Amino acid sequence: MAQPQLQPQDQVVVPLKVKQEEVVSPWKDAWRTLRKNKLALVGFGIILFFIIVAVLAPWIAPYPYDEGQLVMKNKPPSEAHWFGTDYNGRDVFSRVIYGAQISLWVGTFSVIGSVLAGTLLGLLAGYYGRWIDTIISRLFDIMLAFPSILLAIAVVAILGPSLQNALIAIAIINIPTFGRLVRARVLSLKEEEFVMAARAIGMKNSRIIMQHILPNSLAPIIVTGTMGIATAIIEAAALGFLGLGAQAPEPEWGKMLADSRQYIQKAPWTVIFPGLSIMLTVLGFNLIGDGLRDALDPRMKS
Amino acid sequence: MAEDLLVVKNLKKYYPITGGVLGGEVGVVKAVDDVSFTVKRGETLGLVGESGCGKSTTGRSLLRLIEPTSGEINFDGTDVMSLSTDAMRKMRRDMQIVFQDPFASLNPRHNIEKILEEPLIVHGLGSSAERKKRVQEMLEIVGLSSYHASRYPHQFSGGQRQRIGIARALMLKPKLIVADEPVSALDVSIQSQVLNLMQDLQREFGLTYLFIAHDLSVVRHISDRVGVMYLGRIVELTTSSQLYSNPLHPYTKALLSAVPSPDPDAVRERVILQGDVPSPAKPPSGCTFHTRCPHVTEECRTVRPEFADTGDGHFVACHLYKS
Repeated sequence: MAQPQLQPQDQVVVPLKVKQEEVVSPWKDAWRTLRKNKLALVGFGIILFFIIVAVLAPWIAPYPYDEGQLVMKNKPPSEAHWFGTDYNGRDVFSRVIYGAQISLWVGTFSVIGSVLAGTLLGLLAGYYGRWIDTIISRLFDIMLAFPSILLAIAVVAILGPSLQNALIAIAIINIPTFGRLVRARVLSLKEEEFVMAARAIGMKNSRIIMQHILPNSLAPIIVTGTMGIATAIIEAAALGFLGLGAQAPEPEWGKMLADSRQYIQKAPWTVIFPGLSIMLTVLGFNLIGDGLRDALDPRMKS
Repeated sequence: MAEDLLVVKNLKKYYPITGGVLGGEVGVVKAVDDVSFTVKRGETLGLVGESGCGKSTTGRSLLRLIEPTSGEINFDGTDVMSLSTDAMRKMRRDMQIVFQDPFASLNPRHNIEKILEEPLIVHGLGSSAERKKRVQEMLEIVGLSSYHASRYPHQFSGGQRQRIGIARALMLKPKLIVADEPVSALDVSIQSQVLNLMQDLQREFGLTYLFIAHDLSVVRHISDRVGVMYLGRIVELTTSSQLYSNPLHPYTKALLSAVPSPDPDAVRERVILQGDVPSPAKPPSGCTFHTRCPHVTEECRTVRPEFADTGDGHFVACHLYKS
């Protein structure tokens, strides 16, 4: 349909069409590369699927996540309970569906938190240097000296165990990752001639940072951020497993693994399905991240 | 209006070398060491020298893109060194720079319109429509087309990018443009196009250039006067014709003798310099050129020669020409 319609127009306004073809912004270019990447599209598919499941959870879950019949405990998958039931007789399928809400929420918002804080600190350290850099960089070094999960446990221990505090803890422990990334990027961008050119035309620091430094630092932030969601989901599951994240009866995937692990031989489905869900979401985010890395990497450009 | 647009006196830029356990200062690199010169209104002053002699540092120090260690810079009656950060920002309207690498000096994420419009936005000039119109005009002036405005830097060739760089410098209608090796990254065939463009623009807008280069034939083509730099100092400064017909400083002679001649039968006196350029962290005492100079005397090793006028504004820093 569209093809025959376009052709007569083509001949009338040739210059216009030529002009439109030539304008390819770097972001648009990256999007085109990304669309050609099959694995990244699979990743997008997986994540989109989980997002839809999470949003529609109240409507598609056949049972409430927090009520079960004890007579029905540890029943294998059946027509009524697709993923079987757990030790409390709760429907595992419904709990996995509601669990998607929690994992995506924790993953996304903890990463947004660490990206915002990390970017701000990284920009300050990288751009202004001197003592600001010393203070911020040493702070990052100290935080990175601890195993991240240990640090998260410490933060939760201070704040008290709950899902929200787990989110905060995960956000805090990931700040240095983004902070160092942004700092390194700013340090190299600061020496670029176009930044000196910006200063030469009389630009203020704030405008240089917002217009020149930040837009050119976004690509690695997006890539690392996407991968970071995967890590954050695993960390949330780990905290849940240790009883420091989600509290009963919240259907957090890691918490479900922990609760069911003593029945792993008698009722393996109680462990398999939450485990699979964690694996799939993490895989999805990592595939997207890999695709984004290829699409946004300037070295891949001709 | 004074005849001299820019007067530079005793400009110095020293970089500290830090080292040791406590990161203390263990020495200095004298990138620019006591440089003085003037640039007359409407002229082109060329600055030549080999890599690392401090010519780019000099150019950038003038605009305080690199903060000079000491010295006086008087631009159009204003003492540039004493300006506050904010006053300096406003001062940049009148003094602009064109960079060497046309690939690195344009932000890859901005389109040409944004790149050229930005100087006007920063200084709050014109409405949005007026700015866009100025961008279109400027593109035509530097030999591009107005439809190029929506393109991104990676869609241009090196020569076109350099034209964009020049257009950006011109947007604010500056009085002085420091051209920091503007053609050394370009193919020879493109070099002449860009040089001719720069000369046309100079006539049209009454620009004054400080033209930094390492290519003697390029400098000869465009400059009214030429300064020769060696190890952070200017060793000779005179008119372009004087310098090429009657070079005085032994270093200038050596440089000029290295310029290839199109005539294969021409008999020329070749001055071949021995050894390497000494490190600017440990410059030789006295005349910095004495380690390689064919006419070295005892005095050269101990006493630093004055940068003095030998007559007709032909300045040279060499003991051979003391009157």
